Amino acid sequence: MIEREQVLHVAKLARLGLSEEEVERMAGELSGILEHVDRIGELELDDVPPTSHVVELENVLRADEPHESLDRDVALAQAPDPVDGAFRVPSPQAEG
Amino acid sequence: MAELEAVIGLEIHVQLATKTKMFCGCELSFGDEPNVHTCPVCLAHPGVLPVTNEQAILYALKIAAALECEVAPRSIFHRKNYFYPDSPKAYQISQYDIPIASNGRLGDIRIHRAHLEEDAAKMIHVGDSGRIHGSGASLVDFNRGGTPLVEIVTEPDLRGAAEAAAWARLLRETVRQLGVSDVNMEEGSLRVDANVSVRPAGSDELGTKTELKNMNSFRFLERGMEAELARQRELIEAGGTIVQETLHFHPEDGTLHPLRSKEEAHDYRYFPEPDLVPIAPTEQMIREARESLPELPAARATRYEGEMGLPQDVAALLAADPETAGYFEQVAGSASDIEPRVVANWVTGELAAALRQDGGEVTAAESKVESGALALLIGMVQEKKISHGSGKTVLATLVAEGGDPEAIVEREGLAQISDSGEIESIVAAAVEANSEAAEQILSGNQKAIGVIVGAVMKETKGRADGGEVNRLIKKQLGL
Repeated sequence: MIEREQVLHVAKLARLGLSEEEVERMAGELSGILEHVDRIGELELDDVPPTSHVVELENVLRADEPHESLDRDVALAQAPDPVDGAFRVPSPQAEG
Repeated sequence: MAELEAVIGLEIHVQLATKTKMFCGCELSFGDEPNVHTCPVCLAHPGVLPVTNEQAILYALKIAAALECEVAPRSIFHRKNYFYPDSPKAYQISQYDIPIASNGRLGDIRIHRAHLEEDAAKMIHVGDSGRIHGSGASLVDFNRGGTPLVEIVTEPDLRGAAEAAAWARLLRETVRQLGVSDVNMEEGSLRVDANVSVRPAGSDELGTKTELKNMNSFRFLERGMEAELARQRELIEAGGTIVQETLHFHPEDGTLHPLRSKEEAHDYRYFPEPDLVPIAPTEQMIREARESLPELPAARATRYEGEMGLPQDVAALLAADPETAGYFEQVAGSASDIEPRVVANWVTGELAAALRQDGGEVTAAESKVESGALALLIGMVQEKKISHGSGKTVLATLVAEGGDPEAIVEREGLAQISDSGEIESIVAAAVEANSEAAEQILSGNQKAIGVIVGAVMKETKGRADGGEVNRLIKKQLGL
């Protein structure tokens, strides 16, 4: 069962502002998901290694060769507040 | 209370000197205009896919081999989640429970693990912009974002600030000689963080540690650790307790201050990176990494101590610099009848001093002093053809203009006076001229002999053997 505090903690980590009503709904929905996943625990899985990847590929590597980078104006085009060729952001140090 | 011993572990970030970033083909650079090396991958545009740089894997395997680590047959990348403007994806691609390398050692210090990850972007904090609400703004430069890093983590095996700094230097030299990184602390291609705690000497338990960051030189690293160890000892001896926290070193005044954490409670919610497949180094990759290793400082120092009989400190000093080490071995090879210990003393002592005197701009190997010439010179001093003092004079000439030491000795008339009758008469005159010193010697002041030795050396222009002069003065005085 997911507690209210856990929902608030995860919401904070994900920078989500939830209303009281949403917190309650999320607690229920997240609990439901965990219960569903818990059903896997009913299976005999001692000999099955945890699956980190579903494709059976290894060592997909690229040669260390430069490609052309973006034009800086293009890179900054979608930035809300570019200045002096940099992305300007509110200082994280000043965050409350 | 039992004495408190220091317990230090280091975390070293090494920027790999690949041409391109870890997961995209943007070029690596230092000091370029901001944001000229970016692409949709390293800016984290939606829908892009990272692809691992093969060279970064090969460099990591070299580091693993140099640190005698076990290589994981199959290691995977994880996402380390946190929100901060230096990480546009809101996660860093790193390794978590299966690092590429683990359980190694360098010298006496055990390596816990070495893993691959990507560097964050560079942030410059600026003042209030006026346009942004709040008390300040930061400029983000993504040129560095995505640079391949190997993070090396030691076991807490270091027992003091000086020992830890010396070991960090050995690690830097080792990695530098692998040719996989610039290892420049000021430019940030080598960054050393220290986990510091104290405990009663002899205890097996670990005390609460603090993490020290931002020490961008070996001097600052040592000072930072010293200051923190002193603070912890004082606090514990006064009955207080250490709080686990991250401390930021301020180079201006050498103080440490708590650092505001990037993510509270370090709740990074690691999970396997679905966009990257596992790394399974082949036998060939591992073998080639191992075979490509040069003789590294730790191994070289051991050989100098064991096979050549050099004292530990001289062996370590020579072994740290491959150029000077190579030069030393050439001289020792040319002077096969001279003990390597003597040759090492000339290279690290007299020659190093003469090069410093000359401006200190060239190394032994770059200097005009041919290795064969130095071997010859050391031989002449050993065989007492010239005095040690004259040897230094010849060496200064060799440093300045190069050439053949025998010719210089001839030209400058530096050959040792071998006629003992001639020296004896000079000694007699010197004893007479310095009767006060002679009396002091006779009344037991051995140091006073230096005055008379000095007078003889002045008269002979340093061409007399010091030991012989000492003997003759004592003989003259009837001692």
